[in-house]
Amino acid sequence: MIASLSAAWRRIVALVGKEFLALLKDKKSRFVLIGPPIIQLLVFGYAATFDLNHVPYALYNEDGGAVSRQLAARFAGAPLFDLISTIRRDAEIRPLIDDRQARLIVHISPQFSRDLALGKPAPVQLIVDGRNSNSALIVLNYASSIVQQFNADRLQRSGMGGPPVHLEVRAWFNPNLQSRWFLIPGIAGLITLIVTMLVTALSVAREREQGTFDQLLVTPLRPVEILLGKALPGFIIGMFEATVIIALAVFWFDIPLLGSLVTLYTGLALFLLSAIGVGLMISSLAVTQQQGFLGAFLFMVPAVILSGFATPIENMPEAVQYITLIDPLRYFVVILRDVFLEGTPFHLLIPQFWPLALIGTISLSIAGWLFRHRMY
Amino acid sequence: MNAAHQHQGGISAMRLRGLMRKEFLQILRDPSSIAIAFVLPVILLLLFGYGVSLDAKHVPVALVVDEPGAATASFTGSFRHLPYFDPVLLPDMHSAEIAMREGRVQAIVHLRSDFGRKLYQPGGTPVQIIVNGVNANTGRLILGYGSGIWINWLHQYAQLNHIHLPASVQVEQRVWFNSELRSRNYLVPGLIAVIMTLIGALLTALVVAREWERGTMEALMATPVTMNEIIIGKMAPYFVLGSGGMLISVGMAVWLFNVPLRGSIWLLFGVAALFLLVALGMGLLISTLARNQFVASQIALIVTFLPAFLLSGFIFEISSMPQVVQVITHIIPARYFVALLQTLFMAGDIWSVIWPNALALAVMALIFLALVRRISRKRLD
Repeated sequence: MIASLSAAWRRIVALVGKEFLALLKDKKSRFVLIGPPIIQLLVFGYAATFDLNHVPYALYNEDGGAVSRQLAARFAGAPLFDLISTIRRDAEIRPLIDDRQARLIVHISPQFSRDLALGKPAPVQLIVDGRNSNSALIVLNYASSIVQQFNADRLQRSGMGGPPVHLEVRAWFNPNLQSRWFLIPGIAGLITLIVTMLVTALSVAREREQGTFDQLLVTPLRPVEILLGKALPGFIIGMFEATVIIALAVFWFDIPLLGSLVTLYTGLALFLLSAIGVGLMISSLAVTQQQGFLGAFLFMVPAVILSGFATPIENMPEAVQYITLIDPLRYFVVILRDVFLEGTPFHLLIPQFWPLALIGTISLSIAGWLFRHRMY
Repeated sequence: MNAAHQHQGGISAMRLRGLMRKEFLQILRDPSSIAIAFVLPVILLLLFGYGVSLDAKHVPVALVVDEPGAATASFTGSFRHLPYFDPVLLPDMHSAEIAMREGRVQAIVHLRSDFGRKLYQPGGTPVQIIVNGVNANTGRLILGYGSGIWINWLHQYAQLNHIHLPASVQVEQRVWFNSELRSRNYLVPGLIAVIMTLIGALLTALVVAREWERGTMEALMATPVTMNEIIIGKMAPYFVLGSGGMLISVGMAVWLFNVPLRGSIWLLFGVAALFLLVALGMGLLISTLARNQFVASQIALIVTFLPAFLLSGFIFEISSMPQVVQVITHIIPARYFVALLQTLFMAGDIWSVIWPNALALAVMALIFLALVRRISRKRLD
C-alpha cells in the first residue's frame, strides 16, 4: 500500500517536473508567465478608477453681479474642477463640449442677481457631456453639491439659521470613497485568473495536437495522477503570483488588509482549484491549441465582466445574475474585497467558499474523465 | 523569377487567389474561426449589453426612524416611489448595521429621536446617511440621489408649512448626447471596440504560428509566392470575417440595445475597417514573432483583452488616470476606436474627434503591417 503510494507520488513528481519544464524552458514563455502579471497590476491598478480629478469646465457668466461671482468662485475653488476657459457667447458652448475640451459648462443667466434680489429662485444651468454617463453623473452630483453648499451658506448668513434639516454623510469601510480600494482587489483576482488560464488551458490541448498525450496515457500513470500532475504546476504558479500581487496591493497601493491571511489564502486556494479545473476541462475538450485558446477566451471574458469587478452584479437582469453563479471569479472578487476592506471573518465567507469548492470538484472530475474518454 | 524580385514582393493575382482559397478552406474546415467571427460577438454583446450597467437602481436602503412622527413619515415617504431605492424599515441602528455588514442593504438613512422636535429650532436637525463605501462608485451615486431627495423634501416642507426660505440658486441640468444618462449608451459602443479587438487578435494570432509549428511555412516558402502575397492572403479572408462580426455588433447595438446612432453609418464602417486592419495586424505580428502557437496564445491573452478592457476608456475615464498611464494608453489601439465609437454613436460626425483618432489608427495599422513585413523573410532560421 505504502509502496504503491510512494510509487504514485514519484510518478506525479516526475510529471510535475516535466510540466514545469514544458512551461519554463522556452524563454518567451517564461517571460510571458512572470513579467506581465506584475506589470499589469501596476498599470491597471493606476488605470482603473471611477474617481474623477481635473475635470475641465468652462464658465459662462452672463450676469457678472457680485453674487454670481461668488458662485463662480466656489467652482474655481473646487479641487475637482479646472477652469479651462471663460465663455462670452452661446455659440462657444458647442465646440467646447463636442471636442471634449470641457466636460461641464456652468451657465449663469443675465437675470441671476436680479432674481435673487427679488426673492425669486435663480437658475444656474449645468451642461455636461453625457458620452460617459457615469462621469456625467458624478460631475453633476459634485456640481450640485457646490450649489447646495452655496445656498446653505447664504441661508446661514441671512440670519435664518440654516435649513431645518441638514445632511450628515458618512461612508463605511472606505471613508473617502476611493474607487481604487474597491477595484484593486478585483484586479488581483483578474490577473490570478489569467495566469492560471495561461498555464492550464493549453496544456492538454498542446499534447493532443502533438500526439504526446496518447503516449502519456499508455504510461503507468493513472488518470488521477495525470490530473494531479497537470493541476499542480498551475496551483504552484498561481499561488506564487497571487502572493506577489497581494503583496503589491498592500505595500505599493496601500490597500488596507483588515482580515486574516488564513481566510484570504483559503479563498485563494479554492479559487485556484476551480480556475484550474475549468482550464483543464477546456483544455481536454479541445483537439487543437486554437480551440483551447478560443475556449479559454470564451470562458475568461464573460467571467471577468460578469464577476462584478467593475459593474455591480445587482445591476444585472435576473437571468444574467443566475449565470454569474457559475463564475468562480465572482466569489473570489467578493472574498478579496471582504477580507481586504471589511475584515470579514472566516465563517461569514463560507457561502463564497463552498461554491468554489463545488465548481473545482466538478470541473476537475470532468477533466479527468475526458482524459480517457475523448480520444482522436 | 530572381530572388531579389521575390524579396521586393511582387503580387500576382493568380497566386494570391490560390493562397486565399487555401486560407478559406482552412477556415471552413475548422469552424472555430467562423464561430469567433459570428458567434462570439453575439454572445458577448448579449451578455454584456444586458449584464453591464453602472446605473444605481433599486438599491436596498435601510430606513431607521428612532421616533416616528408626521415629519419623519413625510421624509421617509420621499424615499419610496423612486426607481433608485428599495427602502426597508428597520427598528434600530444595531439591526441596520448588521444588515449592512451582511450586504442586505447598501445604505442607512437614520432619523434621530429628536427629528420632530429640533425641526423647529434654530440649527435644525441632522439626517444621517451612511453608505457602504466598498463600491465607491455606487456609494457616490447613492449619496447624490440621497441629497437630491433631501433638497426636494426641504422645498416641499417649506412650502407646506409656510416657512419662508430666502431665494436660492437652483440647478438646471442639461446632459448632452445622453439625456437619460443611460450607462448602456456609452458602454455598448465601448464593448464593440473590446469585442473587435478580441476577434481580430483571436482570428490571426495563431495562423502564422501554426504554419511554422506544423512545418507548412517551409512548404509555402518553397513555392514562388512572395511574402507580400502570404501576408495579404492571410489578412484578406479574416478581414472579411471580422467585417461580418462588426456588422452584427452594430446591428445589435442599434436594434437590440437601442443605442442611438447619430453619426453617419459609412463613417462608422470606415473607421471600423481601419481598426480591423490594426487588430488583425497586431494578431499577425504576435503570430509572426512567436512562431509557436502556445507562446502566441499566451501573448495574445495578455496584450489584448485586459488592456482593451481597462486602458481604452471603455469603462474607466482616461483623463482620470495618472499621466504615465495616460501615455501608455496611446499604444492601445482600442483607445482610439472607443473614442470614435462613443462619438459616432452618441454625438454624431464631429470631425475634430474623428480626424486625430482615425489618423492614429491608420498610423498603427501601417506600423503593425510594416513590422510584420520586416520580420517575415523568406528564410529558415
